[in-house]
Amino acid sequence: MASIVSYGSYIPRFRVEGGEISRVWGRDLRVGVMTKAIPGPDEDTITMATESARNCLRSVDLDLGKVRALYIGSESHPYAVKPSGTVVAEALGITPDLYMADLEFACKAGSTAIIICSSQVDSGLIEYGLAIGADKAQSSTVDELEFATGSGAASFLIGKKGIVDIESMKSYTTDTPDFWRRDVQKYPSHGGRFTGEPAYFRHVTECAELLMSTMGTEAKDFKYAVFHQPNLKFPSSVGKKLGFKEEQLRPGLLVPEIGNAYAASSLLGLTAALDASEPGDRVLLVSYGSGAGSDAFQLYVNDEIVKFREVKNSRGIRNTSSYIEEKEVLDYSIYAKYSGRYRI
Amino acid sequence: MRKVCISGVGITKFGELWSRSYRELIVEAGLRALEDAELPGESIECLYMASMGPGMWVSQEHAGPMIAEQTGLTSIPVVRVESGCASGALALHQAFIDVASGKHDIVVVGGVEKMTDVGAKEAGSIINTMLDYEWESIFGATLPALYAMMARKHMHDYGTTREQMAEVAVKNHYNGSLNPIAHFGRKISVDQVLSSPLLADPLRMLDCAPMSDGSAALVLTSKGDVEIIACEMASSTLALHSREDITTMDCVVGSSKKAYKRAGINPSDVDIAELHDYCTIGEIIESEDLGFFEKGKGGKKVAEGVTSLNGSLPINTSGGLKSRGHPIGATGVAQVAEIYDQLIGRAGERQIELLDYGLCCGVGGSGGSAVVSIFRRR
Repeated sequence: MASIVSYGSYIPRFRVEGGEISRVWGRDLRVGVMTKAIPGPDEDTITMATESARNCLRSVDLDLGKVRALYIGSESHPYAVKPSGTVVAEALGITPDLYMADLEFACKAGSTAIIICSSQVDSGLIEYGLAIGADKAQSSTVDELEFATGSGAASFLIGKKGIVDIESMKSYTTDTPDFWRRDVQKYPSHGGRFTGEPAYFRHVTECAELLMSTMGTEAKDFKYAVFHQPNLKFPSSVGKKLGFKEEQLRPGLLVPEIGNAYAASSLLGLTAALDASEPGDRVLLVSYGSGAGSDAFQLYVNDEIVKFREVKNSRGIRNTSSYIEEKEVLDYSIYAKYSGRYRI
Repeated sequence: MRKVCISGVGITKFGELWSRSYRELIVEAGLRALEDAELPGESIECLYMASMGPGMWVSQEHAGPMIAEQTGLTSIPVVRVESGCASGALALHQAFIDVASGKHDIVVVGGVEKMTDVGAKEAGSIINTMLDYEWESIFGATLPALYAMMARKHMHDYGTTREQMAEVAVKNHYNGSLNPIAHFGRKISVDQVLSSPLLADPLRMLDCAPMSDGSAALVLTSKGDVEIIACEMASSTLALHSREDITTMDCVVGSSKKAYKRAGINPSDVDIAELHDYCTIGEIIESEDLGFFEKGKGGKKVAEGVTSLNGSLPINTSGGLKSRGHPIGATGVAQVAEIYDQLIGRAGERQIELLDYGLCCGVGGSGGSAVVSIFRRR
């Protein structure tokens, strides 16, 4: 199967603390998210996707003309009709000989982009494809989501030979309407407790078990596991249920620091887990998209990651932890302004 | 009046039954009740069905014919009954009158609610419709908030403590842990109750019943294992502020006095009871209003273990609304199903020995209506 040839991340530096939101509204609906990442006033899904993709492409020496596919998964494409991907592709200089589409499958559209790129590589249709998950996560004011949603982007260059081999991938899909946003809605709606057991837990668990039973692997075979992280409780619980220990989850569990970056959530977690990985490690990635579905990947980190890391460091390309560490905490009023919560 | 007996009961799992529909639940409970009574469906002559607000919960009013169609009972009277949280208890009341009068010989009482198809905010609004709209809910009052006021006054007047109220939830969760159909079959501690999120001071999340899906059904005939020796209803003012004393529910006092008189027994004759613990303080107040304990002593008795499984008067052996769950329309019927199982000796690990009389008390809203029923093993 195909391989991850390179990856790159981007997290905006602004943060707001859950306690600040709670102070303003007099309600504490925090779900394990201490701070959430907020895009600046000139940032959106397109700019964040571009930043992460540049970090990804700059980490390898590659003729950009060989990147023949670009897919961006997001819940916050700036336009309902007009692709984000065309702008990103022009900014990256990979047009026009390009397969390109914006994807939407709630928080798993980014991982689905990896499946599409991987399939196109495996079929021989393309040599390299770029899969991106990016979101400026929307949430209505004084909702649980306002305390949980973050922002960011993660990009993965998929090719035949790379640094992380995709040993297997699975998808698990049902019609389960737990979370939605219609065209005319500014913010998403959700089904409260329905988002848990019949939605997130069922799909993530079943998809992971489907993958592991197919491959004959179990929790102990993986160095790290990364699950979609809408809050702290869900990925922690599902990890425990599947037999993973806390130390296997910790490197890829970013939600306390940046919140739930929707389509970038599990993919940013994967970038952090890969940053911590050594050759020979296996990593499990399971995304979740409301509506609902999960994608699961069994990944094998090969020897090439050492060289990749040297090149990346020599070029001063930032890893995920550096984005998490660099932060400027905003008060509620500026956060509300940057998030477009004021009507002027 | 003719004797009225219960000859079979049926109940579904209570809980967040995401994959089960309103109509599936009532059919399942009804079929189980018929199997239990060893009667064919075509023998049913009338169906009373309790449901507090299917129009709001599942957008289905005119629920009677829908249930008739689902059960194949289109040729018999199907009557929907509503009295807030006491809907199920009132359905029993109506069915009791029906069989007692001789109009019908075999009558089914069903209760159902499907509460998890709506979001939490909408669910709160629906529950608020049981309050006095013009004097309570329009100003932001909620059912737990009204019970919180009752709790505060009870604490003030009688010295009932926060811990005593928590003991009600702890006891009921323990009982529920032994009930396979319970919504929350886990044990909890007083500390867990006291540290759970505050809903309406002094009541916390673990003081209050959950929103559940579920259904229960009974078959009433003139012959059966358990006789209904009384079934009486009374009302109080709907709004809390109109009551002389908010530490008592006049409807419970009134309906129980009539029930004891009709049954020819005293409160001290009751061996086991299912009360309406929508909030923990509710069970304490009702245990006093039913004459089990002196006014103001209900909390103390719970803490002393008098109402525990091994106490002298076990209350809510099913787990009550708190642990068994509270699909509103089904609750009053489920209470009777528990008393039936206890009186005929098939309540499993929750079984209480040597029982003669059982009592059920269903309460609507904050005490606007109540139905008290008394049962005797035959």
